[in-house]
Amino acid sequence: MSEHNISVTVNGTHHELTVEPRTLLVSALREELGYTGANVGCETGRCGACTVRVDGETIKSCTRFAVQSDGAEIETVEGLADDGELSTLQEQFQENHGLQCGYCTPGMLMSADTFLRENEDPSREEIRDAIEGNLCRCTGYHNIVDAIEATADQLGEQR
Amino acid sequence: MYTNDFDYYRADSVGEAVELLGDHDGAELVAGAHGLLPRMKTGDESPPALVDIGQLNGLDAIESSDGGSISVGALATHAEIADSEIVREHAAALADAASELGDPPVRNGGTIGGNLAHGDPRSDPPAALLALEGSLEVRGSDGERTIDAAELFEGPFETAVADDEIVTAVRIPTDDDAVSGYRKRRDPLSGYAMVGVGVWLRTDDETIEAARVAVTGATTTPARLSGVEDELEGSAVSEETITAAAAEAGTALDADAFVSDVQASAEYREHLLTIDTERALYDVLDVGQ
Ligand SMILES: Cc1cc2nc3c(=O)[nH]c(=O)nc-3n(C[C@@H](O)[C@H](O)[C@H](O)COP(=O)(O)OP(=O)(O)OC[C@H]3O[C@@H](n4cnc5c(N)ncnc54)[C@H](O)[C@@H]3O)c2cc1C
Ligand code: FES
Ligand code: FES
Repeated sequence: MSEHNISVTVNGTHHELTVEPRTLLVSALREELGYTGANVGCETGRCGACTVRVDGETIKSCTRFAVQSDGAEIETVEGLADDGELSTLQEQFQENHGLQCGYCTPGMLMSADTFLRENEDPSREEIRDAIEGNLCRCTGYHNIVDAIEATADQLGEQR
Repeated sequence: MYTNDFDYYRADSVGEAVELLGDHDGAELVAGAHGLLPRMKTGDESPPALVDIGQLNGLDAIESSDGGSISVGALATHAEIADSEIVREHAAALADAASELGDPPVRNGGTIGGNLAHGDPRSDPPAALLALEGSLEVRGSDGERTIDAAELFEGPFETAVADDEIVTAVRIPTDDDAVSGYRKRRDPLSGYAMVGVGVWLRTDDETIEAARVAVTGATTTPARLSGVEDELEGSAVSEETITAAAAEAGTALDADAFVSDVQASAEYREHLLTIDTERALYDVLDVGQ
């Protein structure tokens, strides 16, 4: 069984680790590096609970081998808060009751955060399209859309 | 959920990738892993070695050339294609297919080269490629060659791209007088195409001069719909033409060409194909509805 030394930056921190080729990115993040924010739901690429940002773009970390991300800049939900202070998006999820069990939340937040970077004033329809790849088994979609919309409004006011 | 163990090699150039494929029996390329990894998890595929081309530079460019074609690098992601103004302007069917594929993170993860080389019959881009009469530029141990869309799809997960060949780009001829589009009916479970129809038409506003229509998802192998094309060519741009052409959707296909599964029987898919062909034609032609 071959093993590979890779390095990744997660939320600004540099890590070196040794992985088997078949180690999934989500497993490396959770089990090797302790970033348990990315959740494992379906493991088939459908549910989005494992969504993280790799080099600025969201991907489902259960559908990528860790070794493929050698050298990548990875961002997980743990990186959204600033020194324990929740981001506007996280606050709005709390405010709007955008989570129930919270299992989908890390992936939802990563998709929404990425989307809001490029869409300052989105419609509800656009928000729904943006979180199409993130399933919420508690089906709290209305509140999730409310939370993302409220974040866009609040960030807009601050600009 | 782990896949079987395998050896992993990273290629730093197309040439090195070709060599690595030749050196390791049964080795497969991996680009985005979005086609391969799900099938390795289920055991449908179990390559002993993977050659990673995902980090190769320069294979993701989308360019239009003077010679009347556009070139889309094999590593261009579906998201990049969906966002490309060049693709939207010159190959709208491909832009539609890319925007309808999966969901945002999946569109960031998968590449067009991997999609077309894999031959998953539920994929969206094949119907667009067939309708646009695109081709693949590939490089292997014997040098470079071109594979036309019409020769590419050989069966479920079987394509004309050989084991030691790398798709480097997708080339699509452009025609300023033509319109194209892709219409998808999603499989409610997988999100892939249950029925997908690609159309390309050249008209002089009154008459349809040339027509190319193709199906994916509904059939075990993506295919051109010659019955529809024959009905369209030379006919007036009208609602009657569209209705008559759509009625031909299944006629040139074998009876066993249609997929049957828990979501839809072969008969139902054939029925849907008529409806979706009609809608795909209305999408691109300036008539009625
Ligand atoms: C949850 C999910 C939903 C999806 N939904 C859709 C959908 O709705 N519609 C759709 O069409 N697709 C869908 N896909 C698949 C799509 O995202 C992938 O782009 C595609 O199937 C494979 O591209 P890839 O780059 O990931 O290829 P890989 O998985 O890396 O490779 C796939 C195959 O192609 C070969 N290959 C890869 N690159 C090359 C190359 N340059 N030259 C030669 N051979 C190559 C590999 O050896 C392998 O056999 C979905 C995938 C997932 C995970
Ligand atoms: S666990 Fe990755 S998409 Fe569900
Ligand atoms: S809050 Fe429970 S899955 Fe979304």
